[in-house]
Amino acid sequence: MRKLLKTIFLVDLFQGLWVTFRNQNPKCIYTERYPEERPKVAERYRGAPRLNINPDNGETLCISCNLCALACPETLIVVTSQRNEVTKRKDLTTFTYDTSRCMFCGLCEDACPVDALELTQDFELATYTREGQIWDRQTLEEGPKPTQYKC
Amino acid sequence: MPDATFLDSTELVLNMGPQHPSTHGVLRVILKLDGEKVLGTDCVIGYLHRGVEKIAENRTYAQFNPYVDRMDYVAAISNGLGYCLAVEKLLNVEAPPRAQAVRVILTELNRIASHLLWLGTHALDIGAITPVFYCLREREEALKIFEKYCGARLTTHAFRIGGLLYETYDGFEKDVRDFCTMFLPKVDEYEELLTNNRIWVARLKDVGILSAEECKEYGVTGPVLRAAGVKWDLRKAQPYSGYEKYDFDIPTRQNGDTYDRYVVRMQEMRQSVRIMEQAVEGIPEGPIMGKVGKVIKPPVGEAYVSIEAPKGELGYYVVSDGATQPYRCRVRPPSFVNLQALDRMIRGGLVADVVAVIGTLDIVLGEIDR
Repeated sequence: MRKLLKTIFLVDLFQGLWVTFRNQNPKCIYTERYPEERPKVAERYRGAPRLNINPDNGETLCISCNLCALACPETLIVVTSQRNEVTKRKDLTTFTYDTSRCMFCGLCEDACPVDALELTQDFELATYTREGQIWDRQTLEEGPKPTQYKC
Repeated sequence: MPDATFLDSTELVLNMGPQHPSTHGVLRVILKLDGEKVLGTDCVIGYLHRGVEKIAENRTYAQFNPYVDRMDYVAAISNGLGYCLAVEKLLNVEAPPRAQAVRVILTELNRIASHLLWLGTHALDIGAITPVFYCLREREEALKIFEKYCGARLTTHAFRIGGLLYETYDGFEKDVRDFCTMFLPKVDEYEELLTNNRIWVARLKDVGILSAEECKEYGVTGPVLRAAGVKWDLRKAQPYSGYEKYDFDIPTRQNGDTYDRYVVRMQEMRQSVRIMEQAVEGIPEGPIMGKVGKVIKPPVGEAYVSIEAPKGELGYYVVSDGATQPYRCRVRPPSFVNLQALDRMIRGGLVADVVAVIGTLDIVLGEIDR
């Protein structure tokens, strides 16, 4: 009898509707208004790569040990270096990083012994060309420069 | 392919997918229909094949770790745990207690995230649009914890062979505790929305029945098996990563229909919260990385480790020939094995139930095709 009354008065459906009604509070809105509102990503976020430079003298921290290139599962890092006859050390000449193949696993970052290569919190990596996805040393040090188009 | 490609007057061959939104990816189901009745099905898989097992043979042990996240991308952390445990068994090392506790918390959180996505999309397939909003809202909280812990939300690469790379961040325990207290009332909310709803019950009750015997014959594991009344959970049967320390129940149901699988998964989420609450109370202090060298070079041998992933038994079989790269890495994905029961579950049913049954199996095509 009770079950019949519950069925007739649509108790189960109103129960569900009450849940929907309770959640009408604007405090429950989780949507981010992305381009206007910048989302706050976590401190450990693995995004665009960056090659750190020494802030004191502007020289690169990279010692061209090639460990990041060896650690990379996709072998997308290419490091070339030249032996400096004065200091008997290797000087970095080029550093290319193909972000189009990168899966941001962070293994290169872990492998770096001097914390030169780092995955930053920048997550906007879209470019207009395929070539733009391949970052050279300058892009890695200064960050990508978005192409400006007249609107 | 079904043999009835010549259409006679009663039979109709219909392609469902690979672009159908309810097949949860790129599954193609060839349906043989008699009016509304399904006479038989045939699954065509392989649209998402990336050759992950072959990739493993060309990568070092540590390098292959991020690839396993991309198989079951809904539960990437469980995949990572399975692979790390398999290589650790090969190396004969064990993760330190602190690493184990953090691993348990994160995998259980991942189980909740996976089940929430399943609940949302399954309800969406059936026709209830509201739950998906609420489910994704709570899933967001879980993903935020992942992002804060390891820097990625979906394909996390959270664990390393031998333990963890990242120490827990400040406020990790608080975040997990807050999630636990926040989450249980939300499960009640989903149940209020769905459990007694007459449309939900009518669509799910006695649909896609798979008995315990048939489950065992097909090798089906996970919530599908437990809904048929078999009390089998690898976390209890062969505990790994310190699961024997935690007190939790294995939810089971008797009928083995779609509704029972729904109930089992809802209860599993509550049990996961219970495990997390216990684990977060006593995270032991100590190191987070076991004794593993920089270059991982296991001795010649083989190891099989299976864990209870959100979808069922996830097994990794790694063979080493003493080199830095695995000789062979075979994955036993739960979705792949569970999918073969689809034909048995849907034969004799209606077209509308196909979507319900695919949804209830909780398949991820990334894992099936690998």
